[in-house]
Amino acid sequence: MRRVVITGLGLVTPLGADVETSWKNILAAKSGAGRITRFDPTDYACKIACEVKPADHEYGFDPNKRVDHKVQRQVDPFIVFGIDAAGQALEDAGLTDMSEAERYRAGVSIGSGIGGLPGIESESLVLHEKGPRRVSPHFVHGRLINLTSGQVSIKYGLMGPNHAVVTACSTGAHSIGDAARMISMDDADVMLAGGSEGAICPIGIAGFAQARALSTAFNDEPERASRPYDVARDGFVMGEGAGVVVLEEYERAKARGAKIYGEVVGYGMSGDAYHVTAPHPEGAGGFRAMQMALQRAGMNPGDIDYINAHGTSTPLGDELELGAVRRLFGDAIGNLSMSSTKSAIGHLLGGAGAVEAIYCLLALRDQIVPPTLNLDNPSEGTAGVDLVPHHAKERQVRAVINNSFGFGGTNASLVMKAV
Amino acid sequence: MSETAERVKKIVVEHLGVEGDKVTEEASFIDDLGADSLDIVELVMAFEEEFGVEIPDDAAEKITTVKDAIDYIEQNKA
Repeated sequence: MRRVVITGLGLVTPLGADVETSWKNILAAKSGAGRITRFDPTDYACKIACEVKPADHEYGFDPNKRVDHKVQRQVDPFIVFGIDAAGQALEDAGLTDMSEAERYRAGVSIGSGIGGLPGIESESLVLHEKGPRRVSPHFVHGRLINLTSGQVSIKYGLMGPNHAVVTACSTGAHSIGDAARMISMDDADVMLAGGSEGAICPIGIAGFAQARALSTAFNDEPERASRPYDVARDGFVMGEGAGVVVLEEYERAKARGAKIYGEVVGYGMSGDAYHVTAPHPEGAGGFRAMQMALQRAGMNPGDIDYINAHGTSTPLGDELELGAVRRLFGDAIGNLSMSSTKSAIGHLLGGAGAVEAIYCLLALRDQIVPPTLNLDNPSEGTAGVDLVPHHAKERQVRAVINNSFGFGGTNASLVMKAV
Repeated sequence: MSETAERVKKIVVEHLGVEGDKVTEEASFIDDLGADSLDIVELVMAFEEEFGVEIPDDAAEKITTVKDAIDYIEQNKA
């Protein structure tokens, strides 16, 4: 099998629109949460979200850096975030200037959980109020989930596999895992892989709130709302943004002297076959995804130093995931650190797995693990596990697991390690 | 430049993301301003909204330059 390494990273997050700013703020235990500004949330049960900040903010996002004005007008936010993160990753990898032959062997796999919900909502209102002749000619291709991959391939001339995963909150992890396999199987030498989301809009917040998935108890203290493993947790906080990595065949990366963040050594996938929104009561699907990823990597639980948990801050999910980790790791859990960066940036849904994979790679690089914010009173079931409460922690990080679980009962785990 | 021409130019600049000085009356949307066929559909919609005119598809097909748009609007606006 051809080995696959990560040679470039790109991030657009509520705590920073580039990799180093976002990571610095994560390690400094900042929160990206606040009252929703995209629309007036007064009448909504959930009034808070982790929004990507505007360009004039200290760590805001300037779409004009990498996304053409015309494209910005035509597409939904998830595509704008994804194009920018993909550009960052290519620049970081030093691959913006590939030859035509190289670009035939370079592809894109950037998915999303929800896609263009804000645009679907607003154009539906245009249709209703003004009739069919006022619907934008860019409506369809400005909302479709695979159009991040499409736009990125057009912008950078990447003619290899063009793919887009849609597996709810597992999208980002599946995107990276699937794309790594495309390189392993010799379908490509380079893949831009990741996920993006931009669904903070009235119908998005209303819909998730009606599914009883969002936090509603901390509307007056947004920064305290995302609190995985804490007894007072009451749902997730919606985030937005994108994470994209450059995956590259190892020998190629080595030959060109590329900076290598880590290697994708394991990938496990499973289905709960249980319920559309509730996780399996024993966390069986998550357990099997992690187990298969470790088997593929040829590693034991004791080889893993850090897990970036799915840990969304919902009452059911957090402890079930922890229970699955406990059963899989046995005594090896004593050495493990496990944290949820969703406590800081919220839940990026289809972007989450990719953004969190990047934080895992930075943990490998810097030998430090990011904190779980707001973990004031850990749940009963968390005893004996280092959940990295409140503050980042310097420690040895040799290998990591990144977990992502999604609606529909879809689970993905990635194992990455230093090369 | 007439008031209609000014407003047409403003819409073209906004929708196509081009510099104002490129939007001359002779400029072709596709050849000079980088528009594609869908951009023209969108421009025509924007003209309809802005000027309260209806531009049927057969008329829209004949609008290829900034001047074509201005002339059509001048002749047909309420």
